[in-house]
Amino acid sequence: MSARDAILERIRSHRPSGEHPLPESPDFTRPSGDVQARFVERLERMGGEVLPPDGSGDMLAPLRTRLAAAGRVCSAAPEIEGNVDLDAIARPHDLADVDISVARAAFGVAETGSVLFTEAELRVNAMAYLAQHLVVLVDPADIVESTQHAYRSPLFHQARYVACHSGPSATADIEGVLIHGAQGVRSLTVVFVPRSDASLR
Amino acid sequence: MRVGLFVPCYIDAFEPEVGISTLELLERFGCEVDYPFDQTCCGQPMTNTGCHAEAAATEALFVKNFAPYDYIVAPSGSCVHQVREHLTAVDQTEEVRAVRARTFELTEFLHDVLKVDAFPWAEFPHKVGIHYNCNSLRGIGLAQASEPNKPFYSKPLELLKKVRGIEFVQPSRWDECCGFGGTFCVFEPGVSAKMGYDKVSDHAKAGADYIVSADSSCLMHQKGCAERIGLPLRFIHIARILNGARQ
Amino acid sequence: MSGPPDSHTVIGGPREPQPRGAKVRPGWPIDQSEAADRFIAAPRHLQNHDTRLWTLRQNRDRIAHGIEEWEELRELASQIKEHTLAHLDHYLEMFEANAKANGIHVHWAADAAEHNRIVHQILDEHGARSLIKSKSMLTEECAMRPYLEGFGIEVIETDLGERIQQLDDEDPSHVVVPAVHKLRADVAEVFSKTIGTDPNNDDVHYLAEQQRETTRPLILQADAGMTGCNFAIAETGTFVVCTNEGNADLSANVPPLHIASIGIEKLIPRIEHLGVFVRLLSRSALGTPITQYTSHFRAPREGGEMHVVLVDNGRSERLGMDEFWTSLKCIRCGACMNTCPVYRRSGGLSYGATYSGPIGIILDPTFNRTKYSALPFSSSLNGSCSNVCPVKINIHEQIFAWRRVMAETHEIPLMKQAMMKAAGELLSSPALYRAAVSGADAALRTLPKFIVYNRLNTWTRAREMPKAPDHTFHDWWKANREKTEVQP
Repeated sequence: MSARDAILERIRSHRPSGEHPLPESPDFTRPSGDVQARFVERLERMGGEVLPPDGSGDMLAPLRTRLAAAGRVCSAAPEIEGNVDLDAIARPHDLADVDISVARAAFGVAETGSVLFTEAELRVNAMAYLAQHLVVLVDPADIVESTQHAYRSPLFHQARYVACHSGPSATADIEGVLIHGAQGVRSLTVVFVPRSDASLR
Repeated sequence: MRVGLFVPCYIDAFEPEVGISTLELLERFGCEVDYPFDQTCCGQPMTNTGCHAEAAATEALFVKNFAPYDYIVAPSGSCVHQVREHLTAVDQTEEVRAVRARTFELTEFLHDVLKVDAFPWAEFPHKVGIHYNCNSLRGIGLAQASEPNKPFYSKPLELLKKVRGIEFVQPSRWDECCGFGGTFCVFEPGVSAKMGYDKVSDHAKAGADYIVSADSSCLMHQKGCAERIGLPLRFIHIARILNGARQ
Repeated sequence: MSGPPDSHTVIGGPREPQPRGAKVRPGWPIDQSEAADRFIAAPRHLQNHDTRLWTLRQNRDRIAHGIEEWEELRELASQIKEHTLAHLDHYLEMFEANAKANGIHVHWAADAAEHNRIVHQILDEHGARSLIKSKSMLTEECAMRPYLEGFGIEVIETDLGERIQQLDDEDPSHVVVPAVHKLRADVAEVFSKTIGTDPNNDDVHYLAEQQRETTRPLILQADAGMTGCNFAIAETGTFVVCTNEGNADLSANVPPLHIASIGIEKLIPRIEHLGVFVRLLSRSALGTPITQYTSHFRAPREGGEMHVVLVDNGRSERLGMDEFWTSLKCIRCGACMNTCPVYRRSGGLSYGATYSGPIGIILDPTFNRTKYSALPFSSSLNGSCSNVCPVKINIHEQIFAWRRVMAETHEIPLMKQAMMKAAGELLSSPALYRAAVSGADAALRTLPKFIVYNRLNTWTRAREMPKAPDHTFHDWWKANREKTEVQP
């Protein structure tokens, strides 16, 4: 008998007694009022940052200023042009020396300050982890209230990969001292920018 | 109301005053109290060690002694927890089940059954920290433990609030186990003692003169720990305060 | 998460050597108490350990008590897990079918040895000589690392705590914070000997940065990546990995080959159920709303290859154990360890097992009953573990039940059982009992003898003896009340 069949057979012969019906999961979400404000508060608690607009009317201006001072910039978002061509990346390893990666979030979650990506947003998944810093474009209209709402997204049934980032890489493995950038990105910065027509899925 | 008084073995041997206070308190509130003379123990030392078969005869004796009463009351939450939750080595006859259901810890009996609203004779002009035995707390619900997201209540605190002159202090880890743990205190003595030192130090830091509890076993362990590390704390069973002890 | 006070400023003096874990003697039960005593004898380690884990427990309370439906979520999580376990064959088949349809290779392993063989075979077929991995208790349970290393395959842990433990050749001491028992000076020593850091620099930022810098090239050069799994979703064939460092996503997304080891108890039916479990997991573990990374793998990436190994290794047997099957609900959050007053004062390595603390006590005997026969006694049965458990496992009641099983199957020391037999005989005989506690000889009423009939006087090693009064309650009643009783 194969291991598979032997395991399933043992499970069937050891089935716990009793009914054990699957419960309905109610939606516990309570409207928080200002979803974006809640998202920001939670994002900052998770170690993330928001790059505020500079008043010029161009919401991307502060980001462009920051990127101009950076070395290798890799962008998967159509609004931002980097100096690393993702289409020319043969292997993820080629992204090892990227300073800043830029991607648009599929959506955000206010309850946890999270941003979610699929392979469509990242194009090369490793770009969100090998770079030193990650910048995330978020359309305020794309923020859902709760974790429970997030899991209603059809992306979980369609995408190969859904990554939910809540702040940057973090560890407290040595004496509980909090450190950002244990292995992945050292910082995660959100820029609020509505989706342009070009970035509409 | 006929009450059978169960005086746990270590109270019988080491703190007879607690038994006397319990008896007198119940009588003050009009209970007809009897002390079944052949009582020994609830069986906890054996079941706590996994030896249920070895506890069966002791459990049977407990049931035989206490079957005639409307209520069985003991000044020990830990023993009451044993009777209610773990007295299972004997056949679960109707008599056994009835005895288990009618067994109460003293403060819950005063709070829930007698619904006492005053102790006019009681005055205790000291700062006290309350210690909750874990079986009393998480086993029979004498108070709400800190882990669940549920509103706090405490039956011992409700009763002690009716005592004149008493002041309460709260240690930082108020419901952490003190390390007595029944046979745990002799089978794992190092950790048990360290837990005890931490517990009494926490009370001392909070400014307690007395540690008060509804369980003598924890108090005996804590007293031994406090004396060993030289903390000038005093220890008293709640029955004695409620019965009017001043110190 | 706020760090504990700097241990170096709390207690001064020269460096304190790190206490090591339980001694393993083949054929003998692990003596947790002996290892715990050595941990307690190292006050700086003890204080750091207790304070850090208690801080996690307090963070957990603060965040859990801010969620109105917390207790309802725990109940839901418990019911969903019990339902899934009661229909595990059905959900495993569903998971397998969906994962395969998504292009994932699915393997089944009856035990640890088969798991290791399968992983080796996959690596071998791809000519892979190096494997980067994120933390997985299952691969620890299977002792996979030494197995693969035996074939010359380099295995690199990428979680910082797990990496520290790997470099120190020590097991993880906690399921979430593997090196929580170590001080920064211990880490500095390990790193100076293994990755060449300055032995005199124990700055935490320096140590973490050096680890990042030395691990990065290994990640880039690795032939294959491996992750564990927190939740496997039957309806989509997805597996979910929760980490804080992003190291699982590096392991999965940098090399072309991704292998995930999944215990068969990780199944849950639907994506929507993640809305319950993800909300509970990190709040229970660390007191944070969510882990920094929650990654959902449903299919291999373009050009990549993905394998999952579904591992039994005793789980299907445990499913048939009436009193213990609900331990399979465990989601490995470590909350029971953080709250356990014994664990906090003993260190996880004192349990001498893959799984330590309260959950370890109830899982370990299913792997080796004799070796872990004494563990159920390393608990004061205080019940805090059950109260923090996000899936409502009655942990302390199972510890209590394991004590009975150990006694029934003669896995407890003969002396202990003999003591209990004597105590049982004494306490079931009013005459013998009264003779033993006779008021005439208070000296006989010494407490340790009294409560367990213990010949070894362990009580007074650390505590003062209570003074026995000159009469018992029994004597008092006899003198003061008995006469009135018998009068009509």
